[in-house]
Amino acid sequence: MKKTYKIEVDCANCANKMEEATKKTAGVKDATVNFMALKLIVEFEDGADVDAVMKEVVKNCKIVEDDCEIYV
Amino acid sequence: MTKKQKKVLHRIIIAAVLMVVLGFLPVQGLLRLVMYLVPYLIIGHDILRKAFKGIRNKQVFDENFLMAVATIGAMIIGVTGDGDYTEAIAVMLFYQIGELFQSYAVGKSRKNISELMDIRPDYANIEVDGEIEQVDPDEVAVGSVILVQPGEKVPIDGVVVEGNSTLNTSALTGESVPRDVRVGEEVFSGCINMTGVLRIQTIKEFGESTVSKILDLVENASSKKAKSENFISKFAKYYTPIVCYSALALAVIPPIVSIIMQIEPNWSDWLYRALSFLVTSCPCALVISIPLSFFGGIGGASKDGILIKGSNYIETLAATKYVVFDKTGTVTQGVFEVTKVSPNGITEDALLEYAALAECYSTHPISKSLKNAYGKVLDMTKVSDVQEISGNGVTATVIGKSVAVGNEKLMKNLDVSYVKAESSGTLVYVAVDGNFVGSIVISDKIKPSAKTAMKDLKKAGVKKLVMLTGDAKQVAEQVAAELGIDEVHSELLPADKVAIVEKMIAVKGENEKLVFVGDGVNDAPVLSRADVGIAMGAIGSDAAIEAADIVLMDDDPAKIAKAMKHSKKCMRIVYQNIYFAIGVKVLCLVLVAIGIANMWLAIFADVGVMVIAVINATRTLGIFGKR
Repeated sequence: MKKTYKIEVDCANCANKMEEATKKTAGVKDATVNFMALKLIVEFEDGADVDAVMKEVVKNCKIVEDDCEIYV
Repeated sequence: MTKKQKKVLHRIIIAAVLMVVLGFLPVQGLLRLVMYLVPYLIIGHDILRKAFKGIRNKQVFDENFLMAVATIGAMIIGVTGDGDYTEAIAVMLFYQIGELFQSYAVGKSRKNISELMDIRPDYANIEVDGEIEQVDPDEVAVGSVILVQPGEKVPIDGVVVEGNSTLNTSALTGESVPRDVRVGEEVFSGCINMTGVLRIQTIKEFGESTVSKILDLVENASSKKAKSENFISKFAKYYTPIVCYSALALAVIPPIVSIIMQIEPNWSDWLYRALSFLVTSCPCALVISIPLSFFGGIGGASKDGILIKGSNYIETLAATKYVVFDKTGTVTQGVFEVTKVSPNGITEDALLEYAALAECYSTHPISKSLKNAYGKVLDMTKVSDVQEISGNGVTATVIGKSVAVGNEKLMKNLDVSYVKAESSGTLVYVAVDGNFVGSIVISDKIKPSAKTAMKDLKKAGVKKLVMLTGDAKQVAEQVAAELGIDEVHSELLPADKVAIVEKMIAVKGENEKLVFVGDGVNDAPVLSRADVGIAMGAIGSDAAIEAADIVLMDDDPAKIAKAMKHSKKCMRIVYQNIYFAIGVKVLCLVLVAIGIANMWLAIFADVGVMVIAVINATRTLGIFGKR
């Protein structure tokens, strides 16, 4: 399942870091950050609990880039 | 400018003014340090905070860390040495100016592109008890009647139930040819109603309408990243640690070597060089300009009615050497027309009337073209006993006579002695009561822009043009000869097309890409098998939008060459930025390491390269718009 989230981040490199962090989160199959459109597209693994996974994603992204926002 | 940007701008101005004023004050010692710390913290507090948080979260080696280390280092050199703190402040200042410019430029292109794609309708008009009410298009149920005034956008796909008007489709197709619509005709959302009031019965929900599909496609475009984009992310990942360790080595190794060789170690000089090295190294120019180039390219293309689903397709399209076309609907109009009538013993009109009457119940494109050519109203009561013989034609009783309309096979089966006609189109023979009365040629017309399109593709570097068709060999070869297509495969079934494309992919070179162009009807498997699948004339065809990588909103083959040329330009800008940014960086790193350049030059180089790269990247927005 794929879901798109609006994000807020200032620099392109930070966006890349968020993408990496999201990809590494358990329950996420694949993820892309579109810096220009300020969107995070997450593909979840089958049967993943979307809300719980996204909580982890937000946490992991905050670690790599404190100054980011994901509108879940 | 946004609030955040304005705040940064204010900080920059205050810090710069303070720095200049402090330069005139004859303060020395600790007081001097404290006074200079004020502008330093004003301009750099957020960077120091971020760097600190990064270290705490085990995320060292980002640009905040680089800047923090470099400026704190410069402050320390100031304390121990000549008391010059301006360098640290200046580095922070320039860094913030660079960041501000970058965020401004990115915001600006974001805005430009959303303006380009300003086709999202804000409301729909519905009539409630005779009063017009504006509602959110999302809330309009399928089958409702909406009202579209002149000057308004059609918000939802539907069928006209009342009124007639002219629509401007340029927002969807990039073509400014207006389209006339009447009652009963389908209209697509995103068009602008120009002349009359239309009442439209919706046939889709807003979310499923053309305009939503297009917006969705464009907004999610860069989820597929180009190789050069991935290269940059990887590059940045390894680059920063390498630079940090090199800087450390630069600070430590030469002095130690000096000590061993019993020369003055000159610690502060090497430390200074190492710090300047760190300042130079920020990879921002690369990291920002590459996605910005692709974003501009995709956004600009959508204005031209060329929708590209990902930056990887821009890259692939630029390396295209083989273009494979479907024939019907792609290079030809897919509309059949009677091009020649050869009667035998009766008048042309009579021949057409017999043929049209016999075919009057059929919906086959050939029957339609016969009816169109006859042009008068058909009296269907004259026709009875219609029998369709699949793959042959039709027999019927027309005003008491038995009429047969069909191909050679039909004539042979009925033992009619017919005169064989030579033609490049589809041949229809007509017999009345077993006697041959003439033949009709029906052909598909080549699109007017097809020939120049082929020439342009060759000019753009395509090695081979190939056409695939289910049509007869003779027809296919004539079209190919007229257009200058190199290779033709005819009389194919849909599955054969996939096989041929697969064979071509197998024998071509790794870096030579293959593009398939179709109209989205029956060719979804081929579209997805090719390196890039282009669907044309896709307004309203969801299947085509789904299967293709690039969607042309109208059916003009000239757009293929256009898309290719623009992709090449876009890639050129991407490579310019990669080479330019890396080149200048390496040069500066070397100059700093050997002590020719100082920290001022380092920060100038960093911010300057970024500004130039970003400006260069925004050029991609314009290249597609040019006609």
